[in-house]
Amino acid sequence: MEAIARLIAVTEPVQTPDDVKAASAAASAGFAYGLAAIGPGIGIGYLVGKSVEAMARQPEAAGMVRTTMFLGIAFTEALALIGFVVFILIGL
Amino acid sequence: MIAESFSFPEINSILRWQDFFTSFNKIALIAVAAALIGIVVFLLAGRKDPMVAPKGVRNLAETSVEFIENGIVMQTMGKDGLGWTPFLLSLFIFIYLCNVPGIIPLLQMPATARMAIPMFLALLVWVIYNGVGFKHQGIKYLTNTIWPPGVPVALKPLVGVIEFISNIIVRPFSLTVRLFANMLAGHILLVTFALLTQSLITAETMQAFLKPMAVLPFFMLVFLTAFEVLVAFLQAYIFTILTAVYIGGSTHPEH
Repeated sequence: MEAIARLIAVTEPVQTPDDVKAASAAASAGFAYGLAAIGPGIGIGYLVGKSVEAMARQPEAAGMVRTTMFLGIAFTEALALIGFVVFILIGL
Repeated sequence: MIAESFSFPEINSILRWQDFFTSFNKIALIAVAAALIGIVVFLLAGRKDPMVAPKGVRNLAETSVEFIENGIVMQTMGKDGLGWTPFLLSLFIFIYLCNVPGIIPLLQMPATARMAIPMFLALLVWVIYNGVGFKHQGIKYLTNTIWPPGVPVALKPLVGVIEFISNIIVRPFSLTVRLFANMLAGHILLVTFALLTQSLITAETMQAFLKPMAVLPFFMLVFLTAFEVLVAFLQAYIFTILTAVYIGGSTHPEH
């Protein structure tokens, strides 16, 4: 019993509230960026894949499709970038 | 050993080297240089004889004008938007010249990686597309913006709020954040891999194989530098094309 108590006492580090806050900020910064990257990742992949399909079917419309594709990428990517900004705001 | 010697620097120290004068730092220097280089290149190109085949500076200038006309204006605004070419061209050239120092040795800092320049450009674009909307559609611009054609009357309050937020408030914000965050992310990636390379080379370690491992982050650094060339161009292009889309949208309401 005494050994277990000592074990607990040794493994339990001293944590100030600031440490806890910094640790949870670091963890949640990672989560914020990781979660924010999932949706745009799927979205951009789908978007570019479909655009390539369209360009392969109708090569004469490639210019128009490419412009629209960049627009779509810009809008989709914005979500991931907001996640990145949040990552910087809470993590650093 | 590495974990002890490797620590990421403060974000402020990788973004803001030192002030040359009060509130005039490297970012401001790069921005001023970008504006001046753009002006000088196009002034030089404008003085060449337009009747002979273009070469040198004029060739560059004509290629970029053609790119803006065919790649951006014609694709988004059509023929009657060609009057916007000078504005879009100067926007594109300025943003591109602000982005490119991110990969130029010794400078190694994109001026758009701070919030100020993208935010000011986005506010400028915001003022312009709203002004153009009021000029072309009068006071009906407001109703045309917040209610797309064919909205049922019952949905008008809800759609109005959503469209107002997304067209008036979110647009400049997302323009800013898109440019700023892309360049900042690229810069931080370059800093990270450069620091990894340096700390592996200078690590005091017993394991002899550890130092040659520095080529791995170095290859990544070279690859990312090449990637940043692409990103610098692409972000300038996207900012310009979104500006063209917004201006085109407020010139002609959707029917």
